[in-house]
Amino acid sequence: MRPSALRLDWEIARRGFGRYAAYPAATFAGIWTNTIFGFLQAYILLALYESRTDIGGYDPTDAVTYVWFAQAMLATVYVFGWFEVALRIRSGDVAADLARPLDPLRYWLAFDLGRALYHFVFRGIPPFVVGMLAFDLRLPEDPATWLWVAVSLVLAVVVSFGYRFLYNLAAFWLLDYRGIGIIAITAALLFSGFIVPLPFFPDWLEAVARVLPFAAMVQIPVDVFLEQAVGAEIAAALLLQALWAAILLGLARLALGSAIRRVVIQGG
Amino acid sequence: MVDGLALYARLVGAQVRSQLQYRVSFALDLTGMFLISFLDFVAVLILFENVPTLDGWTLHEVAFLYASTCISFALVDLVIGHLDLFPRMIREGTFDLVLVRPRGTLLQVIASDFALRRLGKALQGALVFAFALSGIDVDWNPGRVAMVGVMLVAGALIFAAVWIAGATIAFWTVDGGEFTNAFTYGGNFLTQYPISIYGEWLRRFLAFVVPMAFVCYFPALYVLDRPDPLGFPRAFQFASPLVALAAAVVAGFVWSFAVRRYRSVGS
Repeated sequence: MRPSALRLDWEIARRGFGRYAAYPAATFAGIWTNTIFGFLQAYILLALYESRTDIGGYDPTDAVTYVWFAQAMLATVYVFGWFEVALRIRSGDVAADLARPLDPLRYWLAFDLGRALYHFVFRGIPPFVVGMLAFDLRLPEDPATWLWVAVSLVLAVVVSFGYRFLYNLAAFWLLDYRGIGIIAITAALLFSGFIVPLPFFPDWLEAVARVLPFAAMVQIPVDVFLEQAVGAEIAAALLLQALWAAILLGLARLALGSAIRRVVIQGG
Repeated sequence: MVDGLALYARLVGAQVRSQLQYRVSFALDLTGMFLISFLDFVAVLILFENVPTLDGWTLHEVAFLYASTCISFALVDLVIGHLDLFPRMIREGTFDLVLVRPRGTLLQVIASDFALRRLGKALQGALVFAFALSGIDVDWNPGRVAMVGVMLVAGALIFAAVWIAGATIAFWTVDGGEFTNAFTYGGNFLTQYPISIYGEWLRRFLAFVVPMAFVCYFPALYVLDRPDPLGFPRAFQFASPLVALAAAVVAGFVWSFAVRRYRSVGS
């Protein structure tokens, strides 16, 4: 990696950060939404524990911690809809992007990592703090866990980015990418464990979820945080995330290449 | 008023025709909406894999709540859901066009978009409703049957009121639009479950401040003939229409006040 290329990544990441930092009102509104939903989800899961003390290896404290961590991470990992690239494809602005001497995939990834940092600090920490004040949450006992959580979160962002980029690229081929996009987001929301933690799923459905990349976006980081994964399991989890990141980025690279050839051939 | 409705029908009719032009797109959109809204019910199903009842409510009873709020919300979303884009209208100045035209501002804003794909949510609500009806044990009488209809309409009105009042925040902040989502989408989400599971402070808020508890919980207690574990007066179970009306009136005032103030500031 040439130093100038890394410097470019850094500058782009800074702009990604700045792009989202420019709208504090949106950030506050987002914190507000995450906090409200945190309370709602927490109460819903707690209601399950009226008749049980353990569900899928989670006790009530684990479950509530899960809810707040997932809500806090929501913006960082951005499991919800993101159509920035698709919009640029739609409007034709992508032609200008492709004409630049920048690799679009690398550009958007750097941009997204900058964004993720902003969202982690400003939309991640505040709701989690509220959750800590309102409920009894479980924080990692082992100091090393915090490090693994950080690594896991970065990987989760990359996995999520790869996936988002892929369904955005659909805009190169489909007139209306939105329908496909919504279906893609639905799958991600469910199988990432964001809606309901994967250990709560019936065994067969959990098995399906574990084979898909989405668990790497939410479930794995939370399991590391809750210290449900310990020792070698952490390494295995992080490796799985890295593998999915590589696969999705690889697919994105292939799809982008195919799209660019098509665009160039059509003289666009 | 009638001629306002006629105008609305024409504006909406044109949009519906244009949306139906692109059949495949529309089908995909509708499917997408159906699936993403069905996710919430998938969550309910998964939760019930782990427990037989939620705060004493069976799966079918919760499905009844879920379906009711879903249908109410989906119909309102269909008519005024684009209010989520209202902040953009203000930012881009297109709302000024609305002010200049010789028609009510609210009617124009509402008629500006009618996304038929939102029916996807109503469809899945209807399916869940059928599922719920198949499993609940109700002593049906004309009062209870009527109450179901009342629930759906009153629920819709309450959502509409919250949405419209919430949209006015666009007049005060540049990007605060998402702030209202906690009340609209959040309101829809939380009413899918019996409000007895929420903390005391939240239950009171939902009964007396933003009256989400009247969207389906209280009427459902009557239909399902359940005692209210929270000790609210039985009259609450019949109060939804009144609450809905009051909410509509408040929302109307908030909107008029906000528009008048915006106008006079001369932006």
